[in-house]
Amino acid sequence: MTRILLILGYLVLAPAAGALLDGADRVISARMQRRKGPSLLQPFYDLQKLFAKQMIAVNNVQMLLNLSYLVFLAIAGAMLFAGQDILMCMFILSTADMFLIMAASSDSSPYASLGAGREMLQMMAYEPLTLIIAVGFYLTTGSSHVSDIVHASSSAVWLMPGMFLGFIFTAAVKFRKSPFDLSTSHHAHQEMVKGLTTEMSGPTLAIMNIAEYYEMILILGIFGLFIVNENWWSWPLAVLVCLVIFFLEVLWDNASARVKWDLLLKGCWTVTLLAGGLNLLILMLVR
Amino acid sequence: MGLFPILLIGLPVLAAVLIPLIRQDRTRDLMVYGCAGGVMILTLVFLFVWLQGGADAWYLYADTELANHGMLALEVCLMCLILFLSFRYRRLFPAILSIAQTALLFYTESAVHMPAAEHMMADRLAMLMCVIIAFVGGFICIYAVGYMKGYHAHHKEFADRRGFFFSMLFLFLAAMFGLVLSLNLIWMYFFWEVTSVISFLLIGYTRTDEAVHNSFRALWMNLLGGLGFAVGIAVLAFTRGSVQMTDAIESGSVLVLACLALAGLTKSAQLPFSSWLLGAMVAPTPSSALLHSATMVKAGVYLLLRLAPALSGNMAGMMVSLIGGLTFIAASAMAIAQNDGKLVLAFSTVSNLGLIVACAGIGAEETVWGAVFLMIFHSVSKSMLFQAVGATENCLGSRDIEDMHGLLLRLPKLTYIMGIGIAGMYLAPFGMLISKWVALRAFVDSGNVVLVLFLAYGSATTMLYWTKWLAKLISQHHARDRVTDVTRKDEYLSMFLHAGSMLLLCLLFPALAIFIVNPIVREVFGYANTVLSMSVLTTMTIMLVSVLIVPATMFFVTRAAHRDLVPIYMSGVNEGDNRYFVNSMGEPEHLYLSNWYLRFEFGRRHLMRPSVILSASILIVSLCLIIGGAV
Repeated sequence: MTRILLILGYLVLAPAAGALLDGADRVISARMQRRKGPSLLQPFYDLQKLFAKQMIAVNNVQMLLNLSYLVFLAIAGAMLFAGQDILMCMFILSTADMFLIMAASSDSSPYASLGAGREMLQMMAYEPLTLIIAVGFYLTTGSSHVSDIVHASSSAVWLMPGMFLGFIFTAAVKFRKSPFDLSTSHHAHQEMVKGLTTEMSGPTLAIMNIAEYYEMILILGIFGLFIVNENWWSWPLAVLVCLVIFFLEVLWDNASARVKWDLLLKGCWTVTLLAGGLNLLILMLVR
Repeated sequence: MGLFPILLIGLPVLAAVLIPLIRQDRTRDLMVYGCAGGVMILTLVFLFVWLQGGADAWYLYADTELANHGMLALEVCLMCLILFLSFRYRRLFPAILSIAQTALLFYTESAVHMPAAEHMMADRLAMLMCVIIAFVGGFICIYAVGYMKGYHAHHKEFADRRGFFFSMLFLFLAAMFGLVLSLNLIWMYFFWEVTSVISFLLIGYTRTDEAVHNSFRALWMNLLGGLGFAVGIAVLAFTRGSVQMTDAIESGSVLVLACLALAGLTKSAQLPFSSWLLGAMVAPTPSSALLHSATMVKAGVYLLLRLAPALSGNMAGMMVSLIGGLTFIAASAMAIAQNDGKLVLAFSTVSNLGLIVACAGIGAEETVWGAVFLMIFHSVSKSMLFQAVGATENCLGSRDIEDMHGLLLRLPKLTYIMGIGIAGMYLAPFGMLISKWVALRAFVDSGNVVLVLFLAYGSATTMLYWTKWLAKLISQHHARDRVTDVTRKDEYLSMFLHAGSMLLLCLLFPALAIFIVNPIVREVFGYANTVLSMSVLTTMTIMLVSVLIVPATMFFVTRAAHRDLVPIYMSGVNEGDNRYFVNSMGEPEHLYLSNWYLRFEFGRRHLMRPSVILSASILIVSLCLIIGGAV
């Protein structure tokens, strides 16, 4: 019963929470740049406007692939919040991303294709660490099921600090934050317009945005998983840690310039190997 | 019941003898269909009778004096053939290897008196292999009929030796049946050598300089493995007085295992021996499909899987799993830089086999479970992909992935087949991914951190090269020139059946696990715990259904919605349709979109040499340690 409530809660609340975070992001970013910025609820107004727009498209499959992206992200998140296997959740997450790449590639447009290519590279850059993190949870708590992980006697982060720090680094890719927002970002790029989303407009773009909110909450959920344990107070603490991490990502976004793809790949893979790999090695040795 | 293996080997041999004698195209084609169908039906009957008998392992042919002598005579013939061809093309190395191993085997057989024992065994793993060989291999033969017509219509420069080609395909099937059913290692070695020689002849089919060169490379590498096999047999015979596969496993002698594993590694094209399989694609596509999916490389994997329980936790197992893991990541990284469709498939075969080999080297029941799964899915989807790429090449005149831009609109049927194959190779939650999942867990449980890292990075690189291929196919681009689909009915028959069975395998995944793979693991290890619980299996099936259903539903949902189609964004300098834009000289310029290949980072030129050196040193060092430990 609680499981169904959790799934429903995620499906209904995640887009709202994601949009609120996005609004907060815009306000904070504006303050960092000494601007006033939009209101906190601006993402909601944006969504409303996008849905009201005329439905134009460059082909007939883009919308269907975009919707699939949304549904798979919702499934991946629901699996996490329902206490399912975390490794499976990661696999579904990358399948979802695949559909986004297909949506962008189906346009056969120069800018969208560039974005799709970069998105593939980003996937290749962040994926090893997600698998290592799943293995890390399996090693620290003896189970890869989220429902067992949250009932551990102490927080996982004590045993996997390297993976935690590494994930803060690579999560910038998933949050589409500078320096790793190569494929698309919240503002236009100089060299490739809006990248991945160049050809998406109106309701299609709104769907893509909602999917991104689902993904954002999913990633923050994984961060939370590092913190929660059997004690009740770990839950508010986890939320707090997630908010701090999100703030750090926003800060990093505003403080750094976009890197080139090779630096992204080398950076993420090196951090994965040093922080994630070493942590994994130690975990395996002490087991 | 002892008749079945003889028939199963005899029928393809008979086909191989008769087919080159027929001069008329039409009759020969019918003959190929008939023989391929016959092999499949025979296998089904064999399977049925075997299942009726309770699906226990059958031990056959204890007394085979005559057959043994016949095999020795044939082995000498094979050696003479290799000597003749080596002499003709002025190669020394294959000749030396061939003489050395044949002499060693003769000496062993005359010096050691073996007690009478069964020579063949039909157990679950062998039966699974038989089914794969008969059906995947049989359909490749049927596909080959149509393909070779198109091939020789395209390539007038090569002599039409189709009779010989089909004959070799069938002989290959016969040798594979013999190999997987053999319990006696000398018998297995005989069939092993036959597959080496046939693959050599198939690769050299076109007789161009490149083909001859590549075929000799394949020959010497496989003969080197054969020499390892012969040494393993000799050591086993002199120390234990027996040449049974079961004794090799029970003896636990690391030296024997390492020698046999060396044979397995060469045949399954692991680093540093990968180059023979990469060079094998100069041959017509059906032979590549056969080498890569149902036969040849699977022979190596089959041997390693048989040895797996004995490999657990010793030096030989360590060597095998490290080389497998390294091959997995190195080959998948090199696949990124390839734009030739067949070459990408070849690298992906090497890479996937690396994962299977790594699983076999760990030798835990979980890994063997994963390895058997990987093997099943790999056979079907790789055979299908090779056929689809071959057929596309006959239509487009190119197998460059860059030329497949927007193939979905040009050759829809072939693209769907290719798409199913690609999705089966890497997408969650299709078969390959589940096996990867199990492999990951097993690597963690065995405490092998290097393999976990290899798998984590290797699956990321695997993702990239498949995704960009799929992205190329799906582009909604209306090309300038129209393409006619010249694919013949028999080619489509084979490909559709492959695609159908791929989908069925995925959908019936839990059944496959319970009725086929779990019993195999139980038989190999003598016991089995459930590797994946039922709830996980059902989750998986639900996921799978959702992968099929979600896009389908979305298709109908979005079809109802009204939309206006507009041109793509090209900075406002579109030329009307989506194909041209205005360049800075004011002229129309054709839009050309290319994939990323990252040649400077992942190119073969940069990665091949280091990975060959690394894997060769792993191989040499561990072999030295094993020999040093044994002496």
